[in-house]
Amino acid sequence: MTKLRITMAVNGEPADLLVDPDKTLLEVLREDLNLTGTKHGCELGECGACAVLVDGQPLLSCLLVAHECEGRQVTTVEGLVEDGRLHPLQECFADLGGAQCGYCTPGILITAKALLDREPHPSRELIKEALSGNLCRCTGYQQILDAVEEAARRNP
Amino acid sequence: MASNRPSAHLPIRPTGAAVIGRARRRVDGRAKVTGQTTFADDVMLPRMVHCRLLRSSVPHAKIVKVDISKAQALAGVHLVLTGEQFPTAYGILPVSHDEHALCRDVVRFVGDPVAAVVARDEATAEAAVNLIDVAYEPLRTFASPIDSLTYPEPRIHDYGDVGNVHKAVALQFGEVDDAIAKADHVFDDLFFFEGNTHLPLEQHATVATKDADGKLVVYSSTQTPHYLHRALAKALGIPAAHIRVIATPNGGGFGGKSDPFNHEVVVAYAAMRLDRPVKICLNREEVFYCHRGRHPVLMRFRAGVTNDGKLTGLDLQTLLDGGAYGSYGVASTFYTGALQTVTYDIPTYRFRGCRVFTNKPPCGPKRGHGTPQSRFGQEVQLDKIAERLSIDPADLRLNIVQPPDSLTANFLRVRTIGLSDCIKKVVERSGWRDKYRKLPHGKGVGLACSSYLSGAGLPINWNDLPHSGVQLKLDRSGGVTVFCGATEIGQGSDDVLVGIVAEVLGIDPFDVRAVTGDTDLTPVDLGSYSSRVTLMMGNAAIQAAERARELIADAVSTKLEIPKDRLVFAGRRVCDTEDPNKGCTFQEAVCMAEARFGTLGTTGSYTPPRSAARFKGGGVGPSPTYSYTAAVVEVDVDPDTGWVTVPRVWIAHDIGRALNPTLVRGQVEGGVYMGIGEALMEEQVFRRLPAKLSNALVHKFPSILEYKSPTSLDMPDVITDLIEDPDPAGPFGAKEVGQGPLLPIMPAVANAVYDAVGVRIDSIPVTPEKILRALEAKAAGKPARSGPASFPDILWPETLRVTPPWAGGDGRASNDPDRPTNRNVDAGVEARAAKAAWEKSTS
Repeated sequence: MTKLRITMAVNGEPADLLVDPDKTLLEVLREDLNLTGTKHGCELGECGACAVLVDGQPLLSCLLVAHECEGRQVTTVEGLVEDGRLHPLQECFADLGGAQCGYCTPGILITAKALLDREPHPSRELIKEALSGNLCRCTGYQQILDAVEEAARRNP
Repeated sequence: MASNRPSAHLPIRPTGAAVIGRARRRVDGRAKVTGQTTFADDVMLPRMVHCRLLRSSVPHAKIVKVDISKAQALAGVHLVLTGEQFPTAYGILPVSHDEHALCRDVVRFVGDPVAAVVARDEATAEAAVNLIDVAYEPLRTFASPIDSLTYPEPRIHDYGDVGNVHKAVALQFGEVDDAIAKADHVFDDLFFFEGNTHLPLEQHATVATKDADGKLVVYSSTQTPHYLHRALAKALGIPAAHIRVIATPNGGGFGGKSDPFNHEVVVAYAAMRLDRPVKICLNREEVFYCHRGRHPVLMRFRAGVTNDGKLTGLDLQTLLDGGAYGSYGVASTFYTGALQTVTYDIPTYRFRGCRVFTNKPPCGPKRGHGTPQSRFGQEVQLDKIAERLSIDPADLRLNIVQPPDSLTANFLRVRTIGLSDCIKKVVERSGWRDKYRKLPHGKGVGLACSSYLSGAGLPINWNDLPHSGVQLKLDRSGGVTVFCGATEIGQGSDDVLVGIVAEVLGIDPFDVRAVTGDTDLTPVDLGSYSSRVTLMMGNAAIQAAERARELIADAVSTKLEIPKDRLVFAGRRVCDTEDPNKGCTFQEAVCMAEARFGTLGTTGSYTPPRSAARFKGGGVGPSPTYSYTAAVVEVDVDPDTGWVTVPRVWIAHDIGRALNPTLVRGQVEGGVYMGIGEALMEEQVFRRLPAKLSNALVHKFPSILEYKSPTSLDMPDVITDLIEDPDPAGPFGAKEVGQGPLLPIMPAVANAVYDAVGVRIDSIPVTPEKILRALEAKAAGKPARSGPASFPDILWPETLRVTPPWAGGDGRASNDPDRPTNRNVDAGVEARAAKAAWEKSTS
């Protein structure tokens, strides 16, 4: 298989890669870039664990062929920390029990960030709606919703 | 906001309040929100190759031929394995070592692993798997327990009680037939609980490699590294001392990662053979087929009840569909009958349980292990009793709550019991008295209770060894490292461990480093199952930390001339209670101790108290103490569609003491969530492929999309109350919370549906189809019910008769009085097995 060259910005850093043309963005992130913070629960677009931001939009990286991301900005959970400081969502998830096993957490943080970026003060109903594609088997979602609400409260 | 960063001035407080009981960020919280937590599939090692398994496409067949030549010839393939390489059977319970890493002669379910390929990457391994040619000679498919009871041949296994009955047990405590016959009312109800699965978000993964000197190292998403350690030693014939198992943090467990799995044994073998790291990560379909989840259980509850709603006796029969292997099944069978008595006063009791083999993925332990099914039956039957006797279901239960510090009819020791407080709390918080039977048609409330073990009182392998061990290392840095085999599956066991050590030593949790779940580095803890970790690891941690505190106190007392009994450890200081300015920092104190005693290290261990039960089967059910829960569920039922929504759940849990309330609340809400899923939608069910394909018995929907589980939109608001009455058996008084709060949800939902639309759904899940069927039956003047119609005749073994404690029984069965009661059985077997493996490896 002839490899394809891809250039994209991942967490603000340029990435210049040669990858198999059928590789998903998820696989490239985890296997080629060693960004294992992005998880997988089905690789069929069913669980939401692999969500990343592509040009600010939350997308499922298991359903994206990597070369579709040519020239685009990709943000993973590793990109949420700025200047060594956790994003308010990360602080609130850690403090309020939003992460138990932590496996769905990266995908949920990414999805919640996209929500807060477009709607800084969402209602609880809107948060539920936004996160309804991200399954969590541990928390029962309550502490996740609490954490997103608290992070939104910290938004200016 | 709580923080795990050290604060400059921690308050000086007596032990038991600085860390314990405070809502804190869990110690691994930062790693979990940054993506830093290393799950098994995140382990990437140099030269790593990848494994895929070929799984059986037929449900039951002899293996006639496995041709691996084409697979071996494929470029990039390093190794192809079949059952030939795995002659030794293993399994989780000593009584059912019935699994081989790869099937040798027979396949027993669609999904049973037959061969394995190790190749340069997953895609190559998968391509090679597809080149393996297997010829099968089909055997009869056993698709249901009735099949298995009807046809003894061919046997799915060559062991078990008889035919395809894996295990049948019969226990009787007192003259239950008399007690029921003399009762004012007899209730005879049938229930069915469909199987469901754990659905952890993380797919099982394992990486095996050799360490620098050639010993085996296995990283795996396992809840039970100790049992995996044992299974690998047996299956591979390698001394356990030459195997290191590292349990990576599990991305959800719920019981589904508690067995030693085929793929773990296969990659361990392959890594030794190839002398390079081998990884496997199951895909989601394989996770559904691995299963080990909730057993489908058919139940018959016959209860004698007095006019004022007291139980005179209970006669329970259960029939479990075990699937294709033993797994935890013998224990699961006993668990369907073990815990009925620890919630309510049941003076006479008979339990008969039967588990059969079928050609489906093996069932095993899922959150609540064997008890949710019969808890459902019991709590719905109590609702029916209350209805018939015109007693409020809350009052009915309050009237029969088992007393504290009592011994049940089946010799389980109840210690503290906060069940009455739980019931009163949810009644008050939910406005129960204004809602029950008073809401408009289509709206309803239901109440149910439960209890659960705070750890199994007996180990899986009977021996006299501790269930949990903790080691502490302290040195002049002032830092403390705590080592324990306990496994972090998301529940927060690392946080409990660190919190307890920090509390006892009066330091900040941030000063403590936890090393857990590593059989080389950490003392044995039996694993994250049976809600045992907080209680058992916690008590061991207290002992280790108190021993360290003792050493430090000795040294400080001598050096600073403060009477030892006046020393207090708090705020990172060791000081005189009468003059807090007199003292030293914790670090200085450790230095004094290190100077005086040399290198510092302490240990702690925990072994549960002996059970009062002396009869065969009495090993399942005992626990150091039990947790209790009550819940009220509110439902809206659309009578036209049968659709159920759950807007609200009120739940109260007798936790003893909440060590970290944030984590406790998370466990309660997570339990409610999983209960809602089981109550309304989750089903691990099977179908036949069309005859023109293969007629094979396959999973109906092995995908996350079609196996329905609740989303954030389906989840009700949960109003949680914790009942805190510290139990002397628990660390700082704590009981379990990981499993109990799930249990009342399913019956409370069914009871609420009855309150809403007047039909009994006696089978889980409560689906719109069942509700509509029951509503149609009701409209036609038939019984307003959906549920099983009969319980099959089962040839039960001779009933073991045990006189209850209140009638003077000593815990032995009168017809099996000489059963040995010492449990020093396994240690001898283990020692012999270890010796044999050792001799083999050195010969």
